[in-house]
Amino acid sequence: MEKKWEEMTSDERQEALFQKWISPEGVTFASPEAEKSYKEKATRIKDAIQMKKQPDRVPIFVLPSFYPVYYSGITPQDAMYDYDKNNAAFKKFVIDFAPDGNLGAAVPGPGKFFEIMDYKLYSWPGHGVSPNVSYQANEGEYMMADEYDDLIEDPSNFFYKTYLPRVFGALEFWQQLPTVTGIVEMYGVAGNFVPFGLPPMQAALKALMQAGEEALKWGGAMGAWGGEMMAAGYPTIVAGFTKAPFDVIGDTLRGTRGLMVDMYRQPDKVIKAMDVLTPIMIKMGVGAALSSGNPFIFMPLHKGADGFLNEEQYKKFYWPTFKKVMMGLIEQGVVPFPAAEGGYNTRLEIVRDLPKGKTLWLCDKMDMAKAKKTLGQVACIAGNMSSALLNLGTKQQVIDSTKKLLDDCAKGGGYIMSNGSFFDEAQAENVHAMVDFTREYGVYK
Amino acid sequence: MAKDLVNLLADLKEDEVIAIVRERLGKNEDPMKILNEASRGMEIVGKRFADSRYFIPDLVYSGEILKRINELVKPKLTGGGEVKKVGKVIIGTVAGDIHDIGKDIVVFMLDVSGFEVNDLGIDVPVQKFVDAIKETDAPIVGMSGFLTLAFDSMKQTVDAIKEAGLREKVKVMIGGGQITDEVVKYTGADAFGKDAMAGVALARKWTGTK
Repeated sequence: MEKKWEEMTSDERQEALFQKWISPEGVTFASPEAEKSYKEKATRIKDAIQMKKQPDRVPIFVLPSFYPVYYSGITPQDAMYDYDKNNAAFKKFVIDFAPDGNLGAAVPGPGKFFEIMDYKLYSWPGHGVSPNVSYQANEGEYMMADEYDDLIEDPSNFFYKTYLPRVFGALEFWQQLPTVTGIVEMYGVAGNFVPFGLPPMQAALKALMQAGEEALKWGGAMGAWGGEMMAAGYPTIVAGFTKAPFDVIGDTLRGTRGLMVDMYRQPDKVIKAMDVLTPIMIKMGVGAALSSGNPFIFMPLHKGADGFLNEEQYKKFYWPTFKKVMMGLIEQGVVPFPAAEGGYNTRLEIVRDLPKGKTLWLCDKMDMAKAKKTLGQVACIAGNMSSALLNLGTKQQVIDSTKKLLDDCAKGGGYIMSNGSFFDEAQAENVHAMVDFTREYGVYK
Repeated sequence: MAKDLVNLLADLKEDEVIAIVRERLGKNEDPMKILNEASRGMEIVGKRFADSRYFIPDLVYSGEILKRINELVKPKLTGGGEVKKVGKVIIGTVAGDIHDIGKDIVVFMLDVSGFEVNDLGIDVPVQKFVDAIKETDAPIVGMSGFLTLAFDSMKQTVDAIKEAGLREKVKVMIGGGQITDEVVKYTGADAFGKDAMAGVALARKWTGTK
């Protein structure tokens, strides 16, 4: 009989999740070749990550931001407002380049949904930035310096009543939401519901229903895309995402400036808030991975990059809860997939303190030979073809760079060829050069 | 011995700095003298950043302390006493791109290094760069961009500067996460700085300052 999840070790859980991903339930492959190809790709990636056995060749990722959109001749605005166009663009991209792993088609996201909700944290094509460019974040103080205690005491309540009304114009009135844990006895219960009778709250609820319908429509389109691409033989390598708690505060709540000043003025509160966020971030990642049967949970890393913090600050503020989140995922068999955006060279010796064969790191401005000798001893590393080279370099330069990466990193497995940072524009010829050269030169003999 | 404002600010001792400024203003000291000491303190902060002894949080925090000093001193200022600057630099994040963290660090470092910085902000239209060159006569233009699409905006901006007949009058430096020598060639800029210190070094070289 199959072992129960609770009784499995983390190794067994990871293996079980990988098997679910490699042999997905309910997928009817388009052909026996598609099924074979899917399993070969997924197994190749699994072998590179687990570091137990050398894959048949170096796996290949092509990890775009809006590149598929430009590549197929539509605009970012088209992609965000017409899900069919978006899906066709991402399908063309995956089929033409045939990477071993792809990120899905969800990068652009649902423009109409953001419009209905009046989302403030980002500007998107036609709303704050031109229709021809990707969405971009509007960092700000969505949590004030004196609100740490509110977050620490009751994070959900803080998000409902304070954070959401600030990032969604449509939910401004949610400041008036009752604190639901106040609903405990007959006496006074109804009083909590008075705000729901007021016109601004009813308008907010109507907007929510519309937004929900739009999100459902988009989610359906994304699900269909994923199913179709799996059936055609292309594995998706992201089940969902979570974040390092330091970045939740820096990107989402306080903004970079706010958080950095807090590190001096109220360091204890920052640390306490990160402790509170840690189990929440673990749950978020584990939930997404287990419900989808896909082991990869993406973690974009931002404010701990080289230069952003000194070593002492990194060790004090960034690493402890980042590591805890990763260990919480690993415990449940999930594969944390951190993307070290920018430089991470000064962190290599610190982050190598992880169990072997459990994580996948996307490296951007990294000395890859050094990464291989440090972090690469315990973790699969991917990267770091330069976006500038893919866009402006010659085909030969890309081939040379691909060869150097393979020479530096491929030995013994634990490496995936990939671009280093998510890119919008590139010459197709150059992307092909990276992929095709690896397909030949990256074969393990 | 009077506590040393310059070094306390350089060491980021916020409470002590503010106490001293309050005390000295209370004694009706010349506010310009306080500001000059503050700017010397900031210069040390910049140097420590350049030496990798300070990092971004230290810069940001020093900026916050300076802001508080300025708020205290400002009401007492009677005007005059401008600080002499070593050169003018126009800077901005190019059209289509709204990222500002990197640009702001360069602005900070140029400022504490004695440059007069005209910060055009983010998503700066091509024409705004051209107009700023005409208005200020600045010999240096810095363009920032985080996205790959910024490469094209940079190129368009450099082209527009050329068309306006101003290209010979200015040196152009670019910077941002994905900028390399290829991008310099593509955009027609003169050079790129891999970080804020490299940007300051370029500005110094081009203005002949030490």
